[in-house]
Amino acid sequence: MANMIKVGMADLNICRAPDAITTLGLGSCVGVALYDKNTKIAGLVHVMLPSSKEVRQNQNKAKFADTGIDLLIQMLIKAGARRTALTAKIAGGAQMFAFNSNNDMLKVGQRNVIAVKAKLNSLGIRILAEDTGLNFGRTVEFYPATGNFVIKAVGKSIKTI
Amino acid sequence: MQNTETLELDILKEIGNIGAGNATTALSQLINARIDMNIPKVAILPFNELAEIIGGAETLVAGILLSLEGDINGMMLFVLKSTAAHMLVNQLMGCGQPPSPETGGFNEIEESALREIGNIITGSYLSSISSLTNMLIVPSVPYLAVDMAGAILSVPAIEFGKVGDEALLIESQFNDMDVDISGYFILIPTMESYKRMLHSLGM
Repeated sequence: MANMIKVGMADLNICRAPDAITTLGLGSCVGVALYDKNTKIAGLVHVMLPSSKEVRQNQNKAKFADTGIDLLIQMLIKAGARRTALTAKIAGGAQMFAFNSNNDMLKVGQRNVIAVKAKLNSLGIRILAEDTGLNFGRTVEFYPATGNFVIKAVGKSIKTI
Repeated sequence: MQNTETLELDILKEIGNIGAGNATTALSQLINARIDMNIPKVAILPFNELAEIIGGAETLVAGILLSLEGDINGMMLFVLKSTAAHMLVNQLMGCGQPPSPETGGFNEIEESALREIGNIITGSYLSSISSLTNMLIVPSVPYLAVDMAGAILSVPAIEFGKVGDEALLIESQFNDMDVDISGYFILIPTMESYKRMLHSLGM
């Protein structure tokens, strides 16, 4: 019986096939799924903020794009995944409210996506697919058995990337 | 240290109480019905529990967000379940079709009514904080989003996330005759504004 492992906000975890891993209601946060297709091990981190360096309270590593992805890679390697085999799929980073002000607080979704991409790029991890931006929330599920990243949104049909 | 924190929480509770009380009066006048309010619950919660209070990360909710400027900078978010939002809108407009469960089904006029409800509720909430602290608060126009609770709450959670792993939530339950309409206020002052706010109250 396959389990669905839940990852909360500013949280991360790993799983292996046939289990799957999910995070619910991503808004401006970004869900980063890393996957080794040979060992069928996957990890998911729910990133809230672009950088641990901009914030003093940065003990919770899973909260940030930079430290969250690093920690997830460590966990995956420990579980038997190969660092060089890792690929990524990402989703989220929406702008939930249609603000047109210059308020920096509100563009965090976009900044999260940029930070996640920059971090993955610097590590040489290829992004195979993404479903980011726009203005709606997403629930995501990653299935290491197939490498499918399933995205559900309110009033939209289910999307697999 | 512990005492200071308790006292700060008490002050925040009291602000929440007064703000929500005024908001209830405003709402009651708006929809022309008697509304009772339970004593608001004020809690500092880890992010993960924020959405749970409202019924889970995937619960369909309406969120009305205003950005704040003036002496207090930050954001104010008012959240209510989509079903409760429909009830309020129907009451305000004196009619209404049943919502389509898929999208939450607010048409343009209903959305505009909902924004106005949010505007009035948060406006009266903010003005009571303003007079209590003697600080100027200039809210933006209201912005509306109808989506999963987790997605909407990620906006304030991210702001709180810059300073810690918890968020301040004020839950007010309105009772409109026999219907329960729970609304949640989330006030997110910037750190400096928060300090100024407490300072103006003698902390």
